[in-house]
Amino acid sequence: MEMNGGQALVKALECEGTEVVFGLPGGAILPVYDPIIESPVRHILVRHEQGAGHMAEGYAHATGRPGVVMITSGPGATNVVTALCDAYMDSVPLVCITGQVPYAAIGTDAFQECDTTGITMAVTKHNFLVTEAQDIPRIVHEAFHIATTGRPGPVLVDIPKDIVDPRNPRSAMTWYEPTDDIMELPGYRPATAGDPQLVRAAAELICKAERPVLYAGGGILKARAAAELLALAELIDVPVVTTLMARGCFPDSHELCLGMPGMHGNYTAVTAMQRSDLLIALGARFDDRVTGRLDGFAPDAKVIHVDIDAAELGKVRVPDVAIRGDCKLVIAELVEAVRACGGAEAQPDRRAWRSTISGWQERYPLVYEQSEPGELLKPQYVLEVLRDSTPDDTIVTSGVGQHQMWASQYWRFDHPYTWINSGGLGTMGFSVPAAIGAKVGMPDRMVWAVDGDGCFQMTAQELVTASMERIPIKVALFNNAYLGMVRQWQEMFYEERYSEVYLSYEIPDYVKWAEAMGCVALRVESPEEVAPAIAKANEIDDRPVVLEFRSSAGENVFPMVPAGQSNSDIVVDPSQR
Amino acid sequence: MTAEAPAAGHAAPADRFHTIVTTVENKPGVLARVASLFARRGFNIESLAVAPTADERFSRITFTVDVASSSLEQVVKQLDKLINVVEISELSPAESVERELMLVTVAVEAAGGRRHGLLELIDDFRAYVLDEDQSQMMLSLAARPARLDEFEERLRAFGIVQLQRTGRVALPSLGS
Repeated sequence: MEMNGGQALVKALECEGTEVVFGLPGGAILPVYDPIIESPVRHILVRHEQGAGHMAEGYAHATGRPGVVMITSGPGATNVVTALCDAYMDSVPLVCITGQVPYAAIGTDAFQECDTTGITMAVTKHNFLVTEAQDIPRIVHEAFHIATTGRPGPVLVDIPKDIVDPRNPRSAMTWYEPTDDIMELPGYRPATAGDPQLVRAAAELICKAERPVLYAGGGILKARAAAELLALAELIDVPVVTTLMARGCFPDSHELCLGMPGMHGNYTAVTAMQRSDLLIALGARFDDRVTGRLDGFAPDAKVIHVDIDAAELGKVRVPDVAIRGDCKLVIAELVEAVRACGGAEAQPDRRAWRSTISGWQERYPLVYEQSEPGELLKPQYVLEVLRDSTPDDTIVTSGVGQHQMWASQYWRFDHPYTWINSGGLGTMGFSVPAAIGAKVGMPDRMVWAVDGDGCFQMTAQELVTASMERIPIKVALFNNAYLGMVRQWQEMFYEERYSEVYLSYEIPDYVKWAEAMGCVALRVESPEEVAPAIAKANEIDDRPVVLEFRSSAGENVFPMVPAGQSNSDIVVDPSQR
Repeated sequence: MTAEAPAAGHAAPADRFHTIVTTVENKPGVLARVASLFARRGFNIESLAVAPTADERFSRITFTVDVASSSLEQVVKQLDKLINVVEISELSPAESVERELMLVTVAVEAAGGRRHGLLELIDDFRAYVLDEDQSQMMLSLAARPARLDEFEERLRAFGIVQLQRTGRVALPSLGS
């Protein structure tokens, strides 16, 4: 079938199962927007390309399907760089289509030209500059294949205008079905199952360990291996910590769940890792926010490290057994190997370890003091009420900072894919657009964006998108008038010398602003107003809702492992010292 | 990233330098991806040579990298993640044949009465004279990198005007 490159691009996206594209048109991508009119693919018109990127990420996190972005050249492309980097750090499958100036004009500093593939090389898993219309179906298929297999990540496809513009003869092409056998990727061989010998060695270590901890990372969710993890943990009866990227991969209400480790993890999760004699790291990457000072991290632990990305094995901590493979397959193999070693009966007596752990849990629970009458709200209290007033499969997104840590600490994640945040890159402004993307992908689920006032001001304009597209997300905006996490560091490590962290409670007026963007908005200032406001928000299902919670500015996130210090030096809440 | 080999006499301990041979897809931008990866991960390229292989779909890039052996594994693993990198091998000097080409222009006049000595040196090293005029002589030598270091050192006495080395290329020895 003869067609032009623009039609071929849209058809190729349809062939990949794309149901929604987040984008914003402009000069170089104009010819592709014409066939979009006839396409069954839903297009969501964003207000800023960064928003399109984070929406696609939220969609991908929530559904497991790749998020698709379409934007123009030059500033369109540069605006999406933050989201691409975010997706790269957190292994989120995205396919980003960018317009480019006509092929012959590349290198001439044409209007809205930039070296998109050059700029995004370091923040994508791979990128392509398409030079011929005939290559479009194949390259789009390769892009989706690379984005979604192995360690997932963002892939960018840069399309010069001439090969998609029907008025240009260079856009003529003959359609063909994009199938796996037309791919030309001789250097791409993603890992699958683990080496059976190494799996056996890992099983033997497990069956000898007296103080083991399962260290579950975001790779469990990427591999869709939550069921396998549960089976392994229950078989060997070993406690599980779930990192910031893995919250929900193992139910918080399960008796083996210790919650989040790391800089603001709870005392038990941090200390259990620290004192363990075997860390079973599954799809985790020993991030500095988890390990604290590396030479003091889990000093007595042997390490089993399973990851699909060979470069993670030994990058930070040298493992005793390193298994390259897909977590879903390797954990299933591990379960079999442990069974072959004698299974549950072959496990050492770990009662002492279990009782030490429950001792820590009793002594160091998460705590905060409820506000006195007349004081502003405690964010931890609001999050507890929100958690208890929403369905337990509610999807929660978050920005970056104190509110993110409190949300991760105080929510009870009992289902995978209910927690969506920016972990590796720490991108402020992630929450609102990610919530929009998640709601588009999971329209029947309640989606709450937990956000801070600093973050909200970075991407709030996407609430206009949400209103116009009738995407009824709910925003819990914690207004503490500060860049709170920076303020906390200045209080603790810079002798309370507060530099450029004050934002103000009153400006902007978040209620008026949200209303101007088509949302229902309420301001909440005292504890007794919290539950009724949330109940009201939960009833609204035809437009976005913003609840502004006026929160106390001086509240700090505890526990905390100060940057550069050992996890053994964890600082607990003042009331527990 | 430096293109020149270290001056003779300042050779680093042998385990600092590793030769990595990669087969890559012969496509625009592949060298930039590799170079960008090295820069981003803080690896230092000591020398680099790139050219198409017998199969025109692929090129071979030969690097000498300056790494402590602990991070050599990271270099290889990170390179392997590049979609356009098809194959990677690390060649130990004991199990490979390495060659490098040097072009060098020497001041003949300055050599003065030692012109005869220069011709002897050329002969000893089996170098070629590619061009000459009244005052200068251009030589070429293809040999093991250490042999080039030695030749370069010996030529200093005559006065080196310009010198260019290609960076090493290598293939596994037969039977290794």
